Amino acid sequence: MKNDAPHIGLFIPCYIDQFYPNVAIATLELLEKLGCKVSYPLHQTCCGQPMSNAGYESETCGTTEKFIKDFAEFDYIVAPSGSCVLHVKEHSPSIPKLKKNQAYVQSRIYELSEFITDILKVDSIPGSFPHRIGFHASCHGLRGLRLASDSERNDPGFNKTLQLMKDLSGLELVELSRRDECCGFGGTFAVTEEAISVQMGKDRIADHVDKGVEFIVGGDMSCLMHMQGIATRNRENVRIMHFAELLNQAIS
Amino acid sequence: MSHPANATAFLKDQSRAKWHDETLWIVRQKRDQTIHAIPEWEKLRDLASQIKEHTLSKLDFYLEELEKNASANGIKVHWAENAEEHNEIVGRILEEKNCKAIVKSKSILTEECHLNPYLESKGIEVVDTDLGERIIQFLKQPPSHIVMPAIHLKKRDISDIFHEKLHTEKGNEDPVYLTHAARLHLRSKFLEAKVAITGVNFAVAETGEFVVCTNEGNADMGVHLADTHIACMGIEKLIPRRKDLGVFLRLLARSATGQSITNYNSHFRSPAPGKELHLILVNNGRTKQLAREKFRNSLKCIRCGACMNTCPIYRRSGGFSYGSTVPGPIGSILSPGIDLKKYSTLPFASTLCGSCSDVCPVKINIHEQLYEWRQEITKAHGTSAKGLSMQLANGIFKSPLAYKLSGKMMRAALKNLPESIIYNPLNVWGKSRNLPETPAESFKDWYKKNRK
Repeated sequence: MKNDAPHIGLFIPCYIDQFYPNVAIATLELLEKLGCKVSYPLHQTCCGQPMSNAGYESETCGTTEKFIKDFAEFDYIVAPSGSCVLHVKEHSPSIPKLKKNQAYVQSRIYELSEFITDILKVDSIPGSFPHRIGFHASCHGLRGLRLASDSERNDPGFNKTLQLMKDLSGLELVELSRRDECCGFGGTFAVTEEAISVQMGKDRIADHVDKGVEFIVGGDMSCLMHMQGIATRNRENVRIMHFAELLNQAIS
Repeated sequence: MSHPANATAFLKDQSRAKWHDETLWIVRQKRDQTIHAIPEWEKLRDLASQIKEHTLSKLDFYLEELEKNASANGIKVHWAENAEEHNEIVGRILEEKNCKAIVKSKSILTEECHLNPYLESKGIEVVDTDLGERIIQFLKQPPSHIVMPAIHLKKRDISDIFHEKLHTEKGNEDPVYLTHAARLHLRSKFLEAKVAITGVNFAVAETGEFVVCTNEGNADMGVHLADTHIACMGIEKLIPRRKDLGVFLRLLARSATGQSITNYNSHFRSPAPGKELHLILVNNGRTKQLAREKFRNSLKCIRCGACMNTCPIYRRSGGFSYGSTVPGPIGSILSPGIDLKKYSTLPFASTLCGSCSDVCPVKINIHEQLYEWRQEITKAHGTSAKGLSMQLANGIFKSPLAYKLSGKMMRAALKNLPESIIYNPLNVWGKSRNLPETPAESFKDWYKKNRK
């Protein structure tokens, strides 16, 4: 680790902390391998998104206040979830007494691949991952944080997450028939609109399975958790993996 | 009206739902192909959005300019505050003309005002002349899509309807054959009607004219044969200058169907000698929406339907599941402004994936407005069970200890409880999905052991 390395506050979304600690460990280890000084504030909980998207943004002031206090001291805040980062940036309620700190936190929080490409200026990661993968572009990262170009707009094509994998030896990326369609998770949508949510997940998995992928790789565990739940129930021959795990495993 | 219940019912017929999804996805793909052939596409969207922004900011001024210039051209301009007034104006004109049968070209506004049942109650025969509209009119159904009103029907359905109504050969599903039958049928209606009603795609304030876009030429056929043309428009269909029109015509057809331009873009400026031309300007809640700062730009909508074709929810639940005249993402932000209670499930019929906003040719931030409506709806509903659980959640998340304890309890419960208890009917998640396997420790526990 370089002495002058910026100090990163690691934000691990609540459901990753509870259900997918391996994704959090991979995120931490990957950042460390890339020379970062990383700390995980132990008192952190959640960004408040599940409540806000259900229409209760005004009920999340306490959660938001806590988030700002937990992370205001860092140079950067990094999270392995585009969705939670987008929430902090755009949908957390304004806390007037912490106005300055809130603006700071909102301007300094990054999704993992965005941080590696835009701030660390890493073009690609050397290593090996000899598998056939499909990439699930999560909507909030894709159209919210613009981590990649989407198929709706007529923009030059780019994808910050895939850019990091482009030089991994043996990695075979398949082209999906619907490049960036939503998986159907959508937070409370997964429960309130259960039928459609499951149908969308099934369709999304089928697109990958039809192309013979071994791993569905993505940047948001919430989408992946939903797809994993359906794939496991239907005994689909495909595995789910967060790109942090993939890169941490592949890096040489 | 409950979108989840309607969507669940729609998905029961799996093969039809799959077909509906795929059919609309083909339209979305055609749209993608044509927009990628226009290098300045994003600039066009910006420009269109700005023109609409400007128009909405001076809507009163431009409406008066339109009225002045249209009147000078010999168009009779009427103002309707709501659907009832709109219908009464149409009814009065038909009465004056002693008209008992009219032809109508597709107009979502007249759907919104429920003009057909109103006229039919007065003994007037109404014939929708757009092929898709005519098909659903036979079935006494509303449109399920604003551009492709019969998109929910298959060729076989149409063959059956035409066999019953137009006596075509049973089981003949050939589109050429069926279209020919429809054409003959509609031709007789066109020749009989003394009054033709059309919608309006764009009204130009500067010139006092308006433009109607159709692919079948049916608006023109109706209007040219009739003595009287009544055009009905929502007051948001306005653009300031004729030179703005090109921007919108380039965006409209490409977004709607993937065509480079609609087949017929007909300009109406003044009545032909001996004929009458009426233009009805309808408010029906639009100025109320204009006054809502967060939702006003929903009035930029040019009714291309692209947000429906791209919406993964719309594609898998069908237009009727929304229970509103305008379905899909745009309908889900327009309808709550009309009746917040009735349409309270619509802003939740979305994953907030944002595809609708990126596909929108006039850059309406649809998914952000869906989010905003959710906040309005929960406020309007007051304290509910869901509200209390959210307060409880905030209580947990703002306290690290409460979070830790509840997380631990949850993981322990998931690990130790028998599957029959976890996968019960009350656990909606688990109906068709497995829960994640529960790890022995949280990341927090791991971090304390390994890094601190």
